[in-house]
Amino acid sequence: MSDDIRKAPLVRLAKRDAMDPKKAWTIRVGSIICALILGCIPILITGVNPVAAYGVILKGSLGTSFYLKQTIKLAIPLLGTALAIAPCFKMRFWNIGGEGQITAGAIGASFFAIYFAKSMPHVLLLILMMAAAAIVGGIWAMIPGFFKAKYNTNETLFTLMMNYIAIGIVAWLQGGPWEGRKGTQQIPLFDKNAYLPTVFGIHIGWIIVLVLVVLVHIYMNYTKQGYEVAVIGDSVNTARYAGMNVGWIMVRTMLVSGAICGIVGFILVSGQNKTITSNVANGVGFTAITVAWLGHLNAFAMIAISLILAILEMGSSYLQQVLGVPSAISEIVSGILLMCMLGCEFFINYQMIFRSRKEEVKA
Amino acid sequence: MISILVNLVAAACTFGTVLMFGTLGEILTEKSGNLNLGVEGIVFMGGAFGLAGAYSYEALVGVGNSNAFVAILIAIISAFLAGAVASALFSFLTITLRANQNVTGLALTILGTGVAKFTGEYMRHKVGGFVTLSNPLKEAFAFIPMPAFLQNIPIIGKILFSQTFFFYLAVILAVIMHLFFQKTKTGLYLRSVGESPVTADAAGINMTRYRYLATIIGGGISAIGGMVYVMTTGGCTWNEHSLAGIGWLAVALVIFCMWKPLNVLWGAVLFGALKIMYMRLVLPFFPTELYKILPYVVTVIVLIITSMRNSRDKQPPASLGLNYFREDR
Repeated sequence: MSDDIRKAPLVRLAKRDAMDPKKAWTIRVGSIICALILGCIPILITGVNPVAAYGVILKGSLGTSFYLKQTIKLAIPLLGTALAIAPCFKMRFWNIGGEGQITAGAIGASFFAIYFAKSMPHVLLLILMMAAAAIVGGIWAMIPGFFKAKYNTNETLFTLMMNYIAIGIVAWLQGGPWEGRKGTQQIPLFDKNAYLPTVFGIHIGWIIVLVLVVLVHIYMNYTKQGYEVAVIGDSVNTARYAGMNVGWIMVRTMLVSGAICGIVGFILVSGQNKTITSNVANGVGFTAITVAWLGHLNAFAMIAISLILAILEMGSSYLQQVLGVPSAISEIVSGILLMCMLGCEFFINYQMIFRSRKEEVKA
Repeated sequence: MISILVNLVAAACTFGTVLMFGTLGEILTEKSGNLNLGVEGIVFMGGAFGLAGAYSYEALVGVGNSNAFVAILIAIISAFLAGAVASALFSFLTITLRANQNVTGLALTILGTGVAKFTGEYMRHKVGGFVTLSNPLKEAFAFIPMPAFLQNIPIIGKILFSQTFFFYLAVILAVIMHLFFQKTKTGLYLRSVGESPVTADAAGINMTRYRYLATIIGGGISAIGGMVYVMTTGGCTWNEHSLAGIGWLAVALVIFCMWKPLNVLWGAVLFGALKIMYMRLVLPFFPTELYKILPYVVTVIVLIITSMRNSRDKQPPASLGLNYFREDR
């Protein structure tokens, strides 16, 4: 009998039912602190005091009202895209095409900004730009959704490819039909009529995104469609058995997701950049995925996560100016942060059971 | 006309070599069922650390005393190790800690590009200017190992026998990987882990070890691609902008090649051609910028067609992107 016990592995894993939320958040906060400590290593390599460096990062992102506004401007597209991705991920549909859907939406918005800016009243133009962005972004996302529903085409790889196609189309527009002065490879700044108005010194993108937070929260938790998404995420077969039209729900969810991404694209071209370039999304579509996942697809938690990443990005460029630490440090620290937070979920979801004397006695 | 075409294909092979390493590494990874979307970051790290390795070797022994063979070897090893370490991190998070593969891969891309840019920037800062290898070493990296009479064969000589050492290394690697998957027991086990971990586990195959090893070695191979790019096309200097997108192209190429190493040989050259065609073959009616999206459009079409035909041997590994937990039902 004792032989059997010796053969039992030293550690075995079991899924936890549910951890006390307080304890779970303690672990999560602990992992953030752990990441910040690990982030000291590259800072130390450059010979800078890490505590001073983190101080500079905070000062450069929250210190003055100008920096604070810039930080919020960085957080807006991140949060918006994370909101867009959340329903897809809830459905276990791995939409990593946020980048392309933002760009597609930006193309839709720019079309109206370029051709109709002078012939339309301000508010109507903005509404049309936003609607166009949502429709183009939605259609762009619907294409992989349709093929997934119909032929079970791998959506991760499909949405990824759609990113580069959208970006390539903008690059073509930039050097071709929409080029400003010949040879510049640039689309000129939009007419003032197509700019988003500002509230408290920041374009109203922040209000749009905060409204979206509430809407997405309601959509995912309190509507029939949100419920269907959750059921498919748990088990496609259950959803089929319950009589849900799984294919249609997939396409519809992608349409919603792409439309929100498209609106982010509209905010970027109309509020932030005032024009469209091929790197309008600038990696936001990818970073937002980590924001959504780390926020546990909870719309309100994503606000905090997107702000943390924006603070790091904004603060690091200041850090480079002041202390000469390469600004790539922000990517390193956010990378470490993401990995630590991903890893810590293991300790929340699983428990390690060590081979113990007690079990031996019981056996 | 023929000489233009020959030049195009030869140049496509040069860029294709980079893609071959990136893609072969990712095929090895994906065959084990791990979808590592961190290739972009891994290629970046390979480029930065490959250059850093060769550069510090030269700085250590002094310019002029360096041995070309040792320099190349150091560049390969440091790139491989950088990729292997990055993939080990990915493996630990996804295999042991069971984190979501898509998200972890993207996090690795962010971390990897960050580390690579930091390293490049730090080197520039430390040296106080341009980081580049000496001219003799640059020539060593561009060395063509084939004898002159083979190089002088018309057309074929220029395309097949005038490539750098890395091209032939990649070709050999592809053949070895093909034989490994198709002819060895270990290869069969590895494929079974990627297709159905439950079955593999029940058959007594150590799933964890196979996934770890395939991912780590695969990451190392992908990273060599980044180093090759920096050392050949990139002119032995660090430029973070030129490396961008290679890793994603490799991910696309894996699909295009249907997870078969031998397909990489022509697939990489084709993608290489599509990628550089806008510089060499200007058609008046076709905008150059649209050339650049051709590889991605082609990949999408391949993806759709294979899923429509649903034929058995042309599918992604069945459990690609899924983590395995024995007690899950």
